[in-house]
Amino acid sequence: MSCIEKMKYEILMEKMTFKESREFIEKNSDEVYYVPPGYKIFNDYYIIGIPPIALGIKDNALIFTYTKPCYGTFVLSIDSEDSRKEIYRLREVGKEKVHTPFKNGSSLENSKKPQTSFQDIWKK
Amino acid sequence: MPGEKALLMMGCPEIPIQTSIAMYLSHKLTNLGFAVTVAGTDAVTKLLKVSDSDGYYVKKLLNLDKTLEDIVEKRIDFDICFAFMHNDAGMTYASTMSAISQAKIYSIVFGRNADALSETIEYNCEKIVANDVHNPSRLKNKLDKVMEDIVK
Repeated sequence: MSCIEKMKYEILMEKMTFKESREFIEKNSDEVYYVPPGYKIFNDYYIIGIPPIALGIKDNALIFTYTKPCYGTFVLSIDSEDSRKEIYRLREVGKEKVHTPFKNGSSLENSKKPQTSFQDIWKK
Repeated sequence: MPGEKALLMMGCPEIPIQTSIAMYLSHKLTNLGFAVTVAGTDAVTKLLKVSDSDGYYVKKLLNLDKTLEDIVEKRIDFDICFAFMHNDAGMTYASTMSAISQAKIYSIVFGRNADALSETIEYNCEKIVANDVHNPSRLKNKLDKVMEDIVK
């Protein structure tokens, strides 16, 4: 069990496919950042997902996917001191375009609005 | 091949053929000289521990999320990975594995929607697909051919 399940979260969508969840985040966030699979948030949650994985920001809340093997993908929102730290980190890393050490060379990308479709992003 | 590391990555165990195929594949790969690790959810590990209580077929059993965490942190990795899936979540886990690991991925797609699910796979892998739920024979035969190719 990751720390996510012990935090105060809101379920925005549940039992979706991963792509549906990504599209929900893209449509319902003020800012969207794309991170590679395995990107760590809240100290011990390594995000499971199909790249590019969208992380959304709405006010002080971080919106992200949470995949459970038997139930599909959930979209969760956390608004806390920890989410503010994660948002700060996302903006800083997104600004610096730091490359992550994954084998496909994928990096964290900032995609503030206007947002493009998943297909457009994937073609980059 | 002897000493190479193989991971069997297992998701939700609600489709009956998953557990029997995992035990079969683990045993076959072990006999071929692979060091086999099976990673699964709590339900998967409980099913395997009861079915194979002496650990005859499955030598090493780990938690799925912890295993992916260790791969991300570069504490472990594998040479080949057989990723079991019958739903979108299973495919999502396998896609993650493809992105974080150097392993060659074999996607084992089964269940009633296997064909449709296999068409959604976007990462590089070899697909082994069978629209079966209760009868593992067809999937077993396909995996036998894959293992023949591995030892060539």
